[in-house]
Amino acid sequence: MSIEIRGVAKRYGDFTALENIDLSIPTGQLTALLGPSGGGKSTLLRIIAGLETTDSGTVEIEGTEATHLPPQKRNVGFVFQHYAVFKHLTVARNVAFGLEIRKRPKAEIKERVAELLELVHLSQFAERLPAQLSGGQRQRMALARALAVEPTVLLLDEPFGALDAKVRKELRDWLRRLHDDVHVTTVFVTHDQEEALEVADKIVVINQGRIEQIGTPDELYDEPANEFVAGFLGPVTELDGRTVRPHDIDVHREAVPGAVVGSVARVLRVGFEVRLSVLPDGGAPASRAVQVTLTRAHARDLTAGTKVWLTPADRG
Amino acid sequence: MTVATATVTGPARTRRSRPASNLTAASGLGLGVAVLWLSILVLIPLIAVVVAALEGGVGTFWAALTDPQTFAALRLTVLEALGVTALNVVVGTLIAWVLVRDEFPGKRVLDVVIDIPFALPTIVAGLVLLSLYGPASPVGINLVNTQQGIFLALAFVTLPFVVRTVQPVLLELDVDAEEAAASLGAGRLTTFRRIILPSLLPAITAGASLAFARAISEFGSLVLISGNTPYETEVASLKILKFIEGDNQAQAAAVATLLLLVAVVVIVALDLISRRVARRG
Amino acid sequence: MADQNRTRTQRGPVTLVLRFVVIAYVFVLVIWPVSVVVQRTFAPLNGQEGGFGAFVARLSDPAVVYAFSLTGTITFWAVLINTVFGVGVSLLLVRYRFPGRRVLSVLVDLPMSVSPVVVGLALVLAYSTGSGWFGESLASIGINVIFSTPGLIMATAFISLPFVIREVVPVLEEIGTESEQAALSLGASGWQTFWRITLPSIRSAVLYGVVLSIARALGEFGAVKIVSQGAAFNGETATLLIQNRYGNFDESTAYAAAFVLVVAAVLAIVVVNLIRKPEGST
Repeated sequence: MSIEIRGVAKRYGDFTALENIDLSIPTGQLTALLGPSGGGKSTLLRIIAGLETTDSGTVEIEGTEATHLPPQKRNVGFVFQHYAVFKHLTVARNVAFGLEIRKRPKAEIKERVAELLELVHLSQFAERLPAQLSGGQRQRMALARALAVEPTVLLLDEPFGALDAKVRKELRDWLRRLHDDVHVTTVFVTHDQEEALEVADKIVVINQGRIEQIGTPDELYDEPANEFVAGFLGPVTELDGRTVRPHDIDVHREAVPGAVVGSVARVLRVGFEVRLSVLPDGGAPASRAVQVTLTRAHARDLTAGTKVWLTPADRG
Repeated sequence: MTVATATVTGPARTRRSRPASNLTAASGLGLGVAVLWLSILVLIPLIAVVVAALEGGVGTFWAALTDPQTFAALRLTVLEALGVTALNVVVGTLIAWVLVRDEFPGKRVLDVVIDIPFALPTIVAGLVLLSLYGPASPVGINLVNTQQGIFLALAFVTLPFVVRTVQPVLLELDVDAEEAAASLGAGRLTTFRRIILPSLLPAITAGASLAFARAISEFGSLVLISGNTPYETEVASLKILKFIEGDNQAQAAAVATLLLLVAVVVIVALDLISRRVARRG
Repeated sequence: MADQNRTRTQRGPVTLVLRFVVIAYVFVLVIWPVSVVVQRTFAPLNGQEGGFGAFVARLSDPAVVYAFSLTGTITFWAVLINTVFGVGVSLLLVRYRFPGRRVLSVLVDLPMSVSPVVVGLALVLAYSTGSGWFGESLASIGINVIFSTPGLIMATAFISLPFVIREVVPVLEEIGTESEQAALSLGASGWQTFWRITLPSIRSAVLYGVVLSIARALGEFGAVKIVSQGAAFNGETATLLIQNRYGNFDESTAYAAAFVLVVAAVLAIVVVNLIRKPEGST
């Protein structure tokens, strides 16, 4: 195990940011810390990096006891949401910073910087100042800078949070591919469940200072440990007292045994999918409507008022 | 040139209440050195002034201030300072307005000229004013040893304060709000009074406080121009000098303490104003 | 310059009247008097000859040279002390929490509003050999503060104390701590982070504060007048020289020295504007 966290807790005055966290992060994998803002995930990441101290418990990185080590001695790479570029240094000098601090020979630094800029596709921008780069380019530079020192672990704090949706998606794919090449143990913080599901090998859901669940993306999505995890990872609705995902409901046009009977209240088409609100029979209030998502093909002749029978879909 | 107070609002990460101190060994040492130097340079000497003023008891202190000649000097100082502050509130705001909203050749020069009174040594400021409004005046106006002369000198040295506090606020001001007011039927005067002025008020107050504090304590520019006649053209700072030269330190300290009190009140007021503005965002 | 574009200019008779009033006010109060001084510096005055040669000759008077070199020495030390102290205090105020932080922040602003005469008196009462609190003990170890250069430096340092801090504090607040944390995580020590990351980011603000401090220090008069002997070759700084010469009917030398200080002041303003401009345009 690459990072071992035992009994870590953090309070700010009356506010409990983290309580009694135990967590093992495996070597070589991409782990996401997922949760709503203010839930404590960033604090945990900063404690791993040594940018924040823990009130209790221990942090171990690759077998080294690191709880009281200053950030300089932990050999971690940290990437910040707002890039934290060194504005007065060129892109190449930014990337070289950690190596210069470590007093590596000039030739080696030059070679390593060229290699990294190649990796993040910024070779032609080496002599520019960060101000001349776009947000996505800056974040790639920050990533190269963090990787330059060959960190034991790479920590990313909402790395794509400040970018617009399109660039964000590109960088996400790119990070996944980069990780497949570099294989450095990576932990990244995000509040975007889609990002976590798409990129991570393993997801740790953190809420209100506690770990709600740890698992692979599929495990979390299909077998959420509780309603919070279910709701946070994707849309949910209630069918006959059970929490299910709207696309895990089968819609029948004729009576089926054990089905919930109701009539379609609203049909909303969004791109390739169709969202139905179905009001169960028995005069339930509108707020109790069951949400159902279908592909267009399956929603052919459904209109408001159509009578339907709903059953949970068989998985597998 | 910025003349607004530097408000310390704290590090970027202040969303949560934090421990009382996060000093490290090195920064703690730095704080120690800073406080020591500040004590030697500022705190101890100023305390010495207050102690010297109160050494003979509150009665002596009060007697020193209410001595007819001293009282006349204090009265003149306060009245002149109030007058010049009022002038600055109007003219300073006007200058800031013209610098931000008007466009004409030479505007940049005007902008630079505003800083001259700030950068010019005070004794030179006095000399500058004397050359035009003194005994050898080319326009035949001699204000030496008159209360108008003091007013002129104070207007000169306090010129930048209101301008430089109002100007940045005016620049940042949302023009959309004015246009919205106009579209709702407000005339230009109404828009100014109801939309612009309220936003400028904290800046104007801050600038006015700075101008008042400066006017109360002004010395260098008045040395040559105020004839220093008791009851007529003698101001507080020159009175202090006279006491010091007459080896009358207790009375000098009494007047100095009063000026110091005014300075502290102004600083604290400015601190409160800027905090209120910062909170409003 | 986005701000300039966003700000709509207004035209009309009111605008013209306001413009006229403002220009007239500034002209009568500042521009005209300053230009008269410049003119007098080079014009024949009270029977003394004018012209550039005479101007240079007046400045070469040994007493004038002494005055300017004393002012230079005082300015150098006062500004050096204030720069180091100012950057340090700014870092403490912005990057750290400690009890009394707000008091410290108010205290460093105080010299802005204290009368120079009060500053002089305060230093005398604390450090003069005759009546000061610490005068005797300092004199016994051979240190004279009042009526000597250390006193002049202290008075000047007091008066120009806030300038660097006032410029650096807002910039430190604005740049935040992320870059510094990034440097730490890349292995830089506290010192390395300060020299390589923090200082370059606040460089213009420091420079700006230094220029303002220099302008203020060169022109300090009131505080210096009280802690100095003020006689030629004996503690007479440039500003004291102007007063003395003006009082002794040597107006030409007073104008010459004043002209030098006017040029220094204008230069300071221009430099400040040049530092400011590139930042404002990004």
